[in-house]
Amino acid sequence: MSEPKPTPPLSKAKRQTHRRRFIRTALLTGGVIGAALSGFLPQVYARTRRLRPPGALDEQDFLASCIKCGQCVQVCPVQAIKLADLVDGMGVGVPYIAARDQACDFSCDAIQCVLACPTGALTYHKPDFLPVRPGAALAAKPILLAKEKDAEPTLNLAERIGVARLIRPESCLATQGKGFKGQTRGADFKGKMRYMAVDRWKPIPVAEHPYDVAECDLCARECPVKGAIAIETVFAPDGSKRKAPVIKEPCVGCGVCEMVCPVEPGCLTIEAREVWKT
Amino acid sequence: MSDVLTQRFFGQIKVLFGWEPEKPTTIAPEAKQIHELKRLTNKQDLQAVKAHMREHEVKSTKWRNRRWATLIVANLLFVVSYWLDIQVLEGSLTASRFVGFHLIDLNSALQVMLAHKHIITNLLIGTGTVLVLWALLGGRTFCSWVCPYHLVAELAEKIHLKLADKKLVSDQTMDRRLRSVFWVVFALLAVATGYTVFEAISPTGILSRALIYGPGLALLWVLALLVFEIFFSRRAWCRYACPIGLTYGVVGILSPVRIKYTLDGCFHEGDCRKVCLVPHVLDTVIKGRAVAPAVPIGPDCTRCGLCVDTCPTGSLKFEVKGLSKLL
Repeated sequence: MSEPKPTPPLSKAKRQTHRRRFIRTALLTGGVIGAALSGFLPQVYARTRRLRPPGALDEQDFLASCIKCGQCVQVCPVQAIKLADLVDGMGVGVPYIAARDQACDFSCDAIQCVLACPTGALTYHKPDFLPVRPGAALAAKPILLAKEKDAEPTLNLAERIGVARLIRPESCLATQGKGFKGQTRGADFKGKMRYMAVDRWKPIPVAEHPYDVAECDLCARECPVKGAIAIETVFAPDGSKRKAPVIKEPCVGCGVCEMVCPVEPGCLTIEAREVWKT
Repeated sequence: MSDVLTQRFFGQIKVLFGWEPEKPTTIAPEAKQIHELKRLTNKQDLQAVKAHMREHEVKSTKWRNRRWATLIVANLLFVVSYWLDIQVLEGSLTASRFVGFHLIDLNSALQVMLAHKHIITNLLIGTGTVLVLWALLGGRTFCSWVCPYHLVAELAEKIHLKLADKKLVSDQTMDRRLRSVFWVVFALLAVATGYTVFEAISPTGILSRALIYGPGLALLWVLALLVFEIFFSRRAWCRYACPIGLTYGVVGILSPVRIKYTLDGCFHEGDCRKVCLVPHVLDTVIKGRAVAPAVPIGPDCTRCGLCVDTCPTGSLKFEVKGLSKLL
């Protein structure tokens, strides 16, 4: 064996080239990692509390397991599911529902988005190691009014995605004792819904289904889940009796009441990820 | 496989992870003989042959056209599937269903598995299917034949090269080991934070979703990458950053689909290295470097076929190991 040749010292120019390349590489590293980490900002500020599709895992697990493919978007018959953009940071490409624009009305009957999800981010059966938050579990499987007469009338849903809440009781038409006539949300409203009286399998635009009710009960009338909301006589703060929508335990947080409420802004909203409190 | 090729095979895996290719220490006697004969050739004769060949050269874009067509058709299939509701290829590049069969992008699946730490059957089926598919088709074949970012980056590269021609910009190279660092960093981030951090900036996912579900602000990030590549560093994302490329590169290590280099007719003019996205895999075409008369190109190669189109002597060709022998 001959002596290993000593490495010739690098020329000044070559050393400089190497140093420059190192600096550039470090800059690109910083840029890409920085861009990636900036995705945490929306999480840190928690600016938007998105309503997730039914069957979604708890938020942190949902963001971890969602592969951002949009298959849930594609199967939804009323196009209720949207994908979040850059402002949602880590949630870019993750599905959500803007219930006032288009609620989930379960017109697919079987929760198609859950069936479509390839990673279990939307699921019927939550894995055992993931805890169920108190109040998130439904007392019983919700009964879907549309298929109440079927052999299996329930939705295979164990947890709620939120809870409806009356946020503007003063503007509620029922409370004011008023009726409602015409297209709820106006003629230009794009939202769709399944009306069993029209067609079980084909949702139609809400604007094509005008109402004429002596006392407004649209939220209770259109709620797809049995026993989730009712117009009841309640006591006002001053002790007087009046009518108002009352949300019950079976509420899954689908958002149909939020969508169909005819007053602007709507009286009801879904508190995303809220649990049932007695 | 001969010893020299085995040695090169492992050397090329190191190259995939970002090390610079090394000069071979041993060269097979058959290859040595060819190298020697080339050295002995009369310079004037050689020049004459080269000039003659250049005169009759036909510029081909066969493989580029086939590849662009495949890439566009694959991405459009997602789009029309959704828009026409024909359910052929549902989902996007990160995860989809091809007539019902789950297909899941390997890097996205890995991110989800690391972040969520729970794997359901469908995820496993989809990942397995895609793993087998790309192991057969050549790993990084995904990059140049399917990834939508590859196509826009290829167009940006043309602008970069035009500007570089006019001396307005120059290509700033970087350390290729960066890609391996990114791979590890994003894997660790997924495990530690429980978010699929890389998915937030993956131009492949962003572009695929933008095509199918409509554009969004996230396209600004893709635009920023393209601007960086045009004015600063040629094909920077694909060359130095993208962990998806590394994942598929590893998958393609044993793949039968690859480019084969034949030493005999090569004039060592380096046209192939000029068009290549990953010129380090073509180190073997440098004069005196080929260790055997026929050398398969390593796993970092995206099988894009630009070198095959460009090579004036036909020394670089697509090869399917096993199949070529059968035919």
